[in-house]
Amino acid sequence: MVESMSFLDHFQIWLRAYLILSLFSFLYKDNPFYKLSEHIFAGLSAGYYVGLIWQSVILQQLINPMFDGGQWWLVFPGILGILMFTRLSRNYSWISRVSLAFVIGNTAGIYLVSELHGKAIRQIWATMIPLDGGSGAASTILALIVITGVISTLVYFYFSKEHKGLMGATAKIGIWFIMISFGAHFGYTVMGRISLLIGRIEFLYYDWGGSLLSIF
Amino acid sequence: MRTTLPVIVAFLSGFVMVVSFFFGGALGDLDDNALQWVTIVGGFTLVLGVFSILRVNGKVVAKRGRDWPYKLATVISVVAMAIPSMLPVSTNTVGGRIFYSIFPESWGSRMGTGPSSIYDWLFNYIDSPMMETMFAMLAFFIASAAYRAFRARNAEASLLLITATVVMLWRIPMGEALLRLFSDSLPDYINMYVMNGFNVSVQRGIIIGAALGAASMSLRIILGIERTYMGKG
Repeated sequence: MVESMSFLDHFQIWLRAYLILSLFSFLYKDNPFYKLSEHIFAGLSAGYYVGLIWQSVILQQLINPMFDGGQWWLVFPGILGILMFTRLSRNYSWISRVSLAFVIGNTAGIYLVSELHGKAIRQIWATMIPLDGGSGAASTILALIVITGVISTLVYFYFSKEHKGLMGATAKIGIWFIMISFGAHFGYTVMGRISLLIGRIEFLYYDWGGSLLSIF
Repeated sequence: MRTTLPVIVAFLSGFVMVVSFFFGGALGDLDDNALQWVTIVGGFTLVLGVFSILRVNGKVVAKRGRDWPYKLATVISVVAMAIPSMLPVSTNTVGGRIFYSIFPESWGSRMGTGPSSIYDWLFNYIDSPMMETMFAMLAFFIASAAYRAFRARNAEASLLLITATVVMLWRIPMGEALLRLFSDSLPDYINMYVMNGFNVSVQRGIIIGAALGAASMSLRIILGIERTYMGKG
């Protein structure tokens, strides 16, 4: 299979291998290969979002509905969007605040409801469960852990009162719970990153190695 | 005018979203339309950000400033990725007719964001591998951080060390087999009590706290108390 690869296939594999190795070279120390790849990565990522926004927002939600669908009123968000560019002018940058205020205000309105209704209340609802409502001792222990953890974590992050006495003891339990949770998260994250590293090493070993063998 | 008008706009747009939650039926598609408007304005905001990247880097390149060859690479990368993705794919549009009167129609498949476009190729063969490598590199930095954080200096650090080690073992088949040597149910207990017990309870506490904070900040913005988003001037 490797031997039947075209020039373009080889080129794509070598390009990827070069980029991977140049980025990994930073593990030794900062160098021009890494810097070049890093700047290309930053540029491509920015360009990626331009393409994404252009196709999925500007074209699909503004230009096409306005010109093909007759939704003329979309000219107003279009103007608000263009007004954002006044930010580049020293004298007229204040005009962009109107567009920004529209986005911020709208988002605040959505968040005010969704954070309370969709998150805070639902999480409190899910925590307030009967201790004997499940299947035996295991679920009772689990419910106790969850209730203790939620209360002690909230107390730990409550800084308006000094952590002394009962408050201090609860906060102490809270930090133990937090450490266990962060440890679990850390373990998960490490394993995720390691699996990505394995993927890169496999690419270098099988794909790039295969290409090398087929050429030389 | 410079501060009052944005405060009024923020109040009205925020108020509309809150009211539409409670009286959604009576207001028709008002909230959906408002969301579409926000998406459009937000889209321009992102384009402005990229334009700013081009402007800042372009200035350094024009002046042959520090690290200008790298800045040039950034500018070329942005242009190479963005411009073909914005060019028309079909000849049916006004833009398409103008474009293909200058360039050959065979270029059509290379434009836009479709499967055989330049945008797609650059993403699959340059951007995506680099993104994965950047995240993979974090494995080394995370190992270095772990060495410093995991020294069992006190009870809290020891809890972090033990939990992380147990979870890392539990996540791999060999580690899970090792855990089963102690007790056949140990991996299930880790899943039930550590992940769904201790971990969930802390995440819940953090989510409740963050949600209350976000809601109060939103209220401050709508009422015009919080104005830092406007910047200076």
